[in-house]
Amino acid sequence: MTLTLTQLREAYRRMLRIRLFEEEGTRLFKAGRIPGAYHSSIGQEATIVGACMALRDEDGMTGTHRSHGHPIGKGADLNALMAELMGKATGICKGRGGSMHLADNSVGIVGESAIVGGGIPLATGCGLAAKVRRSGQVTLCFFGDGAVNQGTFHESLNMASLWKLPVVYLCENNGYAIRTSLVRSHAQTSIAKRAESYGMPGLEIDGQDVQAVYEATSNSASRARGGEGPTLIEAKTYRFDEHNVGLFVPTAYRTVEEIEHHKVHRDPITLFRHVLLQTGVSEMELVGIETEVARSVAEATRFAENSPLPDPKTLHDYMYSDPIRSAETNLLSTI
Amino acid sequence: MSLAVESQGGERFVQMTYLEALVQAQIEELERDDRVIMMGEDIDVYGDGKLMQRFDATRIWNTPISETSFTGVGIGAAIAGLRPIVSLGIASFVYLASDQIINQAAKLRYMTGGQVRVPIVFRCCMYYGSSLAAQHSDRPYPVFMNIPGLKIVSPTSPSDIKGLLKSSVRDDDPVLFVEDTKLWSMKGDVPTNPDHLVPIGKADVRRGGTDVTIVAIAGAMRPALEAVKALALEGVSAELIDPRTLKPLDMETIMASVAKTGRLVLVENAHRTGNVSAEIASDVCERILDQLKKPIVRLCAPDVHVPFSPGLEATLYPSKEDIVVAVRRLV
Repeated sequence: MTLTLTQLREAYRRMLRIRLFEEEGTRLFKAGRIPGAYHSSIGQEATIVGACMALRDEDGMTGTHRSHGHPIGKGADLNALMAELMGKATGICKGRGGSMHLADNSVGIVGESAIVGGGIPLATGCGLAAKVRRSGQVTLCFFGDGAVNQGTFHESLNMASLWKLPVVYLCENNGYAIRTSLVRSHAQTSIAKRAESYGMPGLEIDGQDVQAVYEATSNSASRARGGEGPTLIEAKTYRFDEHNVGLFVPTAYRTVEEIEHHKVHRDPITLFRHVLLQTGVSEMELVGIETEVARSVAEATRFAENSPLPDPKTLHDYMYSDPIRSAETNLLSTI
Repeated sequence: MSLAVESQGGERFVQMTYLEALVQAQIEELERDDRVIMMGEDIDVYGDGKLMQRFDATRIWNTPISETSFTGVGIGAAIAGLRPIVSLGIASFVYLASDQIINQAAKLRYMTGGQVRVPIVFRCCMYYGSSLAAQHSDRPYPVFMNIPGLKIVSPTSPSDIKGLLKSSVRDDDPVLFVEDTKLWSMKGDVPTNPDHLVPIGKADVRRGGTDVTIVAIAGAMRPALEAVKALALEGVSAELIDPRTLKPLDMETIMASVAKTGRLVLVENAHRTGNVSAEIASDVCERILDQLKKPIVRLCAPDVHVPFSPGLEATLYPSKEDIVVAVRRLV
């Protein structure tokens, strides 16, 4: 399965939305406008968008602490995402989640787990629900290279394969779990190879090539929908920024040359732009997309900046489906 | 199971044990709502009402030994629209599943600003007092009292376990459902009404009284019931309260009773530090200390692991005699 010309343009638009959103977010974070920790997806756009483009709107998804790209890849609106980064009342999670948890359920995201590997069982459960309800839905499960050393990876992939659940496990292998490289933490450095022990196909693909990611995910999703079970995809990608913006790195764990090599030769957006021009998309069209995306990001910033912080009176909202009285809330009401 | 009997009010009851009532509640909920599924180790083989004979394989999931992840699978399925009952079997296994229960189930509704809900029941059964040693004899619920977003129930009668299991399955939030093997064989009248629901967050006054309030948690209800009978023979009128829901605690019912009696004895088989009795005692002190005629008494297991030898374990949990002696000192 390959992307049509319309889909190629849309893939470029979404990749660019992630890139410009992250550049703007990084700027706002450095300016003190975004609290907490900022984990940028820059460099990993092709993996995210290629995988998301292979899904249907109703398909489910789970993600990670590097969560900004996933909803954008699945087609989310930027305003509520930027507002969430600033902790505003209009944020997608009403200011309860923030940078590591940009889950937009309206585009099918079940959760963005900042507990590494924590989302893998959840995606598997969505797959189980799809099987029970015969809904035809597939769930895409994003996780990083670090997560494959968690027990949840092993346990979940075993169950998914045993029960032939419609899940696509997609590893965004950016080579480093914070500062620990794959070779320093994985006895088996091929993540795709691990699939064999669970009796499922394992694919290793170039995560900087959006079309390759789309093709692999698309085939895996069809396989899952057809009742043939899950697939593990290892997409080799690279994060251009630090684990989180401004992270103190006392000793270098990757060389400047390595980073520069990826930025110059392996930038997924630059690579894809060349492909699009060769495919027949005009420079004018690309500039048009770039202008439109820049405008959306600027609008998202304006929306977020103009939104209020949540009212402290709403602190307890969203705790329970039915408000329950606790000693704490009773005391608050008497103060 | 004996034949149904009709009460004066027209409601029908059958006599069954705590364990039978639990199994019956599960079967009824599985039959009522096809979103309800069950997951757990060996559940297609053991007990649970021969579930595999009644329901197909998409309803009853016999899981590998992967407590963390099959709990997480249940949570994912709940978010995606099912209403799973995840059976963790022996209560100490809940520690293996605790990351998914705490970091995912309890937090996701809040962390997504209400975008997702997690209607799931985590069943776990407390085995203790039967020489299984510390890793298979635990009362883990106090650990979870400090987790916002969870509801914790621990019924002590056949009627309540049926009604609370049903309420838990129908609740839109995650519920930790703590059973107690010490109560398995207890018999009682259970309503046959398939919509017999006991509300979460509501305590039950098991025996009315005026001299002292006894609050008994889970399996401690058994010696507490015996103690109340013995005290009555001595002319002491004890009010016995079963919180039934441990989180959120129905402090109104407990405090109304303490305001009446002025004396409070808390009985619990969990370790002393940070248990439910500690929470009840501190809340009573914070809010109605001036109504207490005597200091609160807490009878609990000491902060020592459950030993293997019967000679050691027998001394661990509060007995009927311990309760009677404590009450005599107060009245």
